[in-house]
Amino acid sequence: MSVVPAVPVQLLQPDGRRVLDRAHSDVVADVGPERLRKLYEDMVVSRRIDTEATALQRQGELGLWAPLLGQEAAQVGSAHALHPDDYVFPSYREHAVAYCRGVDPAVLTRLWRGVAHSGWDPDAVNMTNPAIVVGSQGLHATGYAWASHLDGAEIATVVYFGDGATSQGDIAEAMVFAASWGAPVVFFCQNNQWAISEPVRLQSVTPLATRAAGFGIPAVQVDGNDVLGVLAVTRQAVARTREGGGPSFVEAITYRMGPHTTADDPTRYRTAAETEQWKARDPIDRMRRLLEREGLFDAEFEARVQSKSDEVAARLRSATLELPDPEPDALFDHVYATPHPLLEVQRREHARYLSTLAPSTPEQEVR
Amino acid sequence: MKLTMAAALNAGLRRALEHDPKVVVMGEDVGKLGGVFRVTDALQKDFGDNRVIDTPLAESGIVGTAFGMALRGYRPVCEIQFDGFVYPAFDQIVSQVAKIHYRTEGRVTVPITLRIPFGGGIGSVEHHSESPEAYFAHTAGLRVVTPSHPVDAYTMIQQAISLDDPVVFLEPKRRYWDKAEVDLDAPPDYPLDRARVMRSGNDATLVAYGTMVATALAAADIAESEGHSLEVIDLRSLAPLDFDAIEESVLRTGRLVVVHEAPGYLGIGAEIAARITERCFYQLEAPVLRVTGFDIPYPPSKLEALHLPDPDRILSAVDRALAA
Repeated sequence: MSVVPAVPVQLLQPDGRRVLDRAHSDVVADVGPERLRKLYEDMVVSRRIDTEATALQRQGELGLWAPLLGQEAAQVGSAHALHPDDYVFPSYREHAVAYCRGVDPAVLTRLWRGVAHSGWDPDAVNMTNPAIVVGSQGLHATGYAWASHLDGAEIATVVYFGDGATSQGDIAEAMVFAASWGAPVVFFCQNNQWAISEPVRLQSVTPLATRAAGFGIPAVQVDGNDVLGVLAVTRQAVARTREGGGPSFVEAITYRMGPHTTADDPTRYRTAAETEQWKARDPIDRMRRLLEREGLFDAEFEARVQSKSDEVAARLRSATLELPDPEPDALFDHVYATPHPLLEVQRREHARYLSTLAPSTPEQEVR
Repeated sequence: MKLTMAAALNAGLRRALEHDPKVVVMGEDVGKLGGVFRVTDALQKDFGDNRVIDTPLAESGIVGTAFGMALRGYRPVCEIQFDGFVYPAFDQIVSQVAKIHYRTEGRVTVPITLRIPFGGGIGSVEHHSESPEAYFAHTAGLRVVTPSHPVDAYTMIQQAISLDDPVVFLEPKRRYWDKAEVDLDAPPDYPLDRARVMRSGNDATLVAYGTMVATALAAADIAESEGHSLEVIDLRSLAPLDFDAIEESVLRTGRLVVVHEAPGYLGIGAEIAARITERCFYQLEAPVLRVTGFDIPYPPSKLEALHLPDPDRILSAVDRALAA
């Protein structure tokens, strides 16, 4: 059984210098200038998506948003380790993973605007919709992974969850089932230090990665703000599952720079000094320093990334504002997959009731 | 062929496993043991341990992993060992399995069948005799059905498995060993969500499901000897519920008594009373009455005979209805 090393894997220091760690740097030896730039671009665009959606919530256009600010490396780095055939089970904060999987930014806000409970077709991008009941998705991923094994598919299934979710029974049960079956699933824990107002110490007195050992699941800790380190360890975990090695556990140590959601106020429970300390480890700044150090960052590249971010943000904003409200009849759609006589009666009665109401005046419609 | 309900369910599961390679049976002790009630007897031997899967002992885990398998096109049939052990899986059933089709605007279906032995009267210890049907029938997205005899058990389990909606399949464990003639070649053509008139009568209607159907039929036998003709309806499906069948009967009899083991408060009987009163107010000769378990936790087994409706309590209610 592997023991979690005392020091988390790190390939990139906050000042942008590479760390000499052959065991892991070899895994990303193929990551050349273009891929490095792409990792940077995806992180910047993801942050811009997050900023735009947060702004939309502040402007009253979204009911809620769960910002990912600070977790770009953990999400982009791990998403880049995956093949399109792999399957992802996110929690509700994995907007950057969704972006990297090819989810159209135009549908990212459907859930948060309240026009539907989901945004995209899971099978189109091999990624389920956000799981808001914390930890529930761990079991779904494990079942999916086991089914893929029964099918003889050589894919990995990856489940994302946070430090708070590790206290949930469903995550524990998922690790029990995954280990017992040898299911090809990667447990990717973003330890962002805070479950709303509760520090990780309240969830666990041991490092989260050490919990996996008790289930017989090998685990690794990685600097979650180091996109190369995250890419390396996730590649290793994914390769292991594809080769029939069973489940793995990755703890990406990162920090939620923003509130839990737009409804949260972190000033009530944590200090500005702590946030400042993490700001110095910013994942995007770190990657930029590497690119500068290696001569890969110039004005033209910066402008290109800026323009891409602007374009994605504009698309997100205009698509959000254009999202039509669902028709009243949609209340009753898709409750069941097969005809349900009683619900159809309710649908008809409600339509009849609505038809008895006085039509709204043009003035009311404007309002 | 004369089969017990347990054997009929076993035959139905076998048929489903043969019919569709995506059907898997999963749960605690469903493999070599054949389940604590032997409903899955010999299935693992015949279909292998990738089709009949012994799971770790965790109900949320069983349902949650079944959900994940369903996302990949499987049709899991989960066995929850006893009614009182289903609650650890409540979130997975209510928030995940029931709602995912709605939450994804119809993009995702999870055709999961949750088999749960339910009800009391077997002299067991606590948590082994409960009737949790109202929780599930109250949850949009789930279908809840229960056979009352081996013939329906054989066909309904096959229908439940082949349905694209998730089905809570309640098995009246007290009737597992009742025998009946079952035609294994009969096509499952009676609709899963329709009630069935088990006995025709004119003076009053008894509505029951699961274990209580046999009890209601016994009450009707006694009533006949006393000169009263009772109609007995087996609901079979609790969600949706076949109010049309009840209405049709009540329009003839004018009197309705609903029987179930579950506590009466906010139970299936309350919904039936409300809806039938709405539909048949001017045809009812008496208020709709309920004969149910009391509003208590399931009692110790030495007291369960007092808690469970029996023919005498049913007939007492019938007398009150007829006297009105």
